[in-house]
Formats: sequence, C-alpha cells, structure tokens
Amino acid sequence: MKIKEIRELLGAELLCGEEYLDNDVFSACCSDMMSDVLAYVKDQGVLLTGLVNPQVIRTAGMMDMVCIVFVRGKEPTEEMIELASDCGIVVMKSRYRAYEACGHLYTAGLVPAPEDK
Amino acid sequence: MPENVTFHFDVDGENFTSAGEASVMVKKKLRQLGLPPEVIRRVSIAMYEGEINMVIHADGGDADVTVTDDEVIIVLSDRGPGIPDVGLAMQEGYSTARDNIRSLGFGAGMGLPNMKKYTDSMEIETEIGVGTKITMTVKL
Ligand SMILES: Nc1ncnc2c1ncn2[C@@H]1O[C@H](COP(=O)(O)OP(=O)(O)OP(=O)(O)O)[C@@H](O)[C@H]1O
Ligand SMILES: [Mg+2]
Repeated sequence: MKIKEIRELLGAELLCGEEYLDNDVFSACCSDMMSDVLAYVKDQGVLLTGLVNPQVIRTAGMMDMVCIVFVRGKEPTEEMIELASDCGIVVMKSRYRAYEACGHLYTAGLVPAPEDK
Repeated sequence: MPENVTFHFDVDGENFTSAGEASVMVKKKLRQLGLPPEVIRRVSIAMYEGEINMVIHADGGDADVTVTDDEVIIVLSDRGPGIPDVGLAMQEGYSTARDNIRSLGFGAGMGLPNMKKYTDSMEIETEIGVGTKITMTVKL
C-alpha cells in the first residue's frame, strides 16, 4: 500500500514527508508502548500511536519504520516533526481512534507487522 | 586498514525529552560509514534500549561506540543504583518502572532481553549503589 493511500483511508493531515507519499509500506502496528514496538516489530512499517513524545519518533527511526500516524487527533510538537523530517519519516495525524484507524487499514489489506524472532 | 572509529556521548538523565538522542546520532554516523543496514539496525535498537534504560533507571551516564574492522562495540556506563538481580532483570516482562515511565511508553520489561537478542555478545557489570556497565558487540 502506498503511504498516500494511508493518508486517504484515514482522512489524515500530513505533517511532514510529502516526498515519500508514493513509497510502499507492507505492514503496520499500533501501540502506545514503545517497549513493545521495539521488542516485537520487524521493520519498514507504519506505526499508529496515541502517545506523543520525541521517543515515538526516535523509536520509529531506530526500527527503520517509514510512517507514523498519530490517532485521536493527537498533535505532535514542531520539534517532533522536525526530528521526523530529519530521519526521513512521514508523519500524519488522523481523527480516528486507534481501533478504527487500524480497522480501516486492515480492511484495505495492510497486514500486521511481522514479529522479529 | 584505517583506525578504529569512536564516538562518545554524555547521556543526560535530567530530562526525558532528550532520551534516545545519542542513538539517533550513532545511527547517522554508522550510515555515513556505510555499514550494512542490518548491522546498523541491530546496533541502533540495542543501544537505544540501553540508552533509555540509563535515563529512566540510572539518571544518565556515558555511551561509547567503537567501530573496528569486524565489529561494533557499544559500552554504556552509569553511576545509577545498580541491578540487584541480573538474572531477574534479564527476564522478559520484569520491570521496576512505575506508572510515570509507562505513560511515556516504556517499562514493559523488554529492553534487556531485546538488547541480548540483537547483539552477538552482551556483558553486564553492576554493583549496587555504584553503577552499571553494559558492553555489547555486533559483528559486521
Ligand atoms: N542501567 C540500569 N540501572 C539500574 N537498573 C537497571 C538498568 N537497566 C535496567 N535496569 C533494571 O532492569 C529492569 C529490566 O530492564 P528492561 O530494560 O528489560 O525493562 P524496562 O526498562 O523496565 O522496560 P522496557 O525496557 O520494556 O521499556 C528495569 O526495570 C530496572 O529495574
Ligand atoms: Mg528498558
């Protein structure tokens, strides 16, 4: 799925990373626990979260994730957006709550991020 | 063969906002050095977990990364409280983090096991009331 399709499916507002909208993503995960993202997720996907702090961006960066969606209309700070730009990560925010946002992406065929064993 | 490349960072334990900054910088540097993406990913995750631990459990410390011909060595040392039972701390799900840490997205008790998983070796030296030093290596 292209990142721009995610934006459409979630009616999301793009906050940075316009140049990557045509890139493909193959999986997604949703969590407010960065510990779990670090421990269970294998690469390249989308992170949906309701947590707002710089560690969300850094965690995604360490994991080579390519797109972060803040759900429930959560608003990242300017500083966080800058950090994401710098790491080449697309950031958007959606008004959907986590469950619903995930449902839309899942129904459209985006699979759960595989576990890194 | 060129000299080893080393990086040093002071990890600030005072404010959580900057936690993870050193790991982000190391990732950039390793990319510039042209190391394989999988090596960079493993170093990044292991160091980041360790860096976050130093901030949330030990008021910060020092991070030193050395890139040699055949491996990346990460040394994280702090003057925090030490780890009373390393075997217990290494178990998945064991955490002494309180709710204020969980609300920041950490404290699932997954960091140390994850560091072990992503590295080729990991050694923990720790003394109660003195501090903790963790040495990890990732082979190139
Ligand atoms: N540098 C350290 N100094 C003192 N205690 C530590 C240090 N690192 C880890 N610990 C202890 O070991 C426990 C387990 O660490 P681990 O990283 O596995 O989990 P966590 O940090 O509690 O949660 P998570 O890593 O999932 O966010 C911690 O809860 C803490 O009690
Ligand atoms: Mg930890």
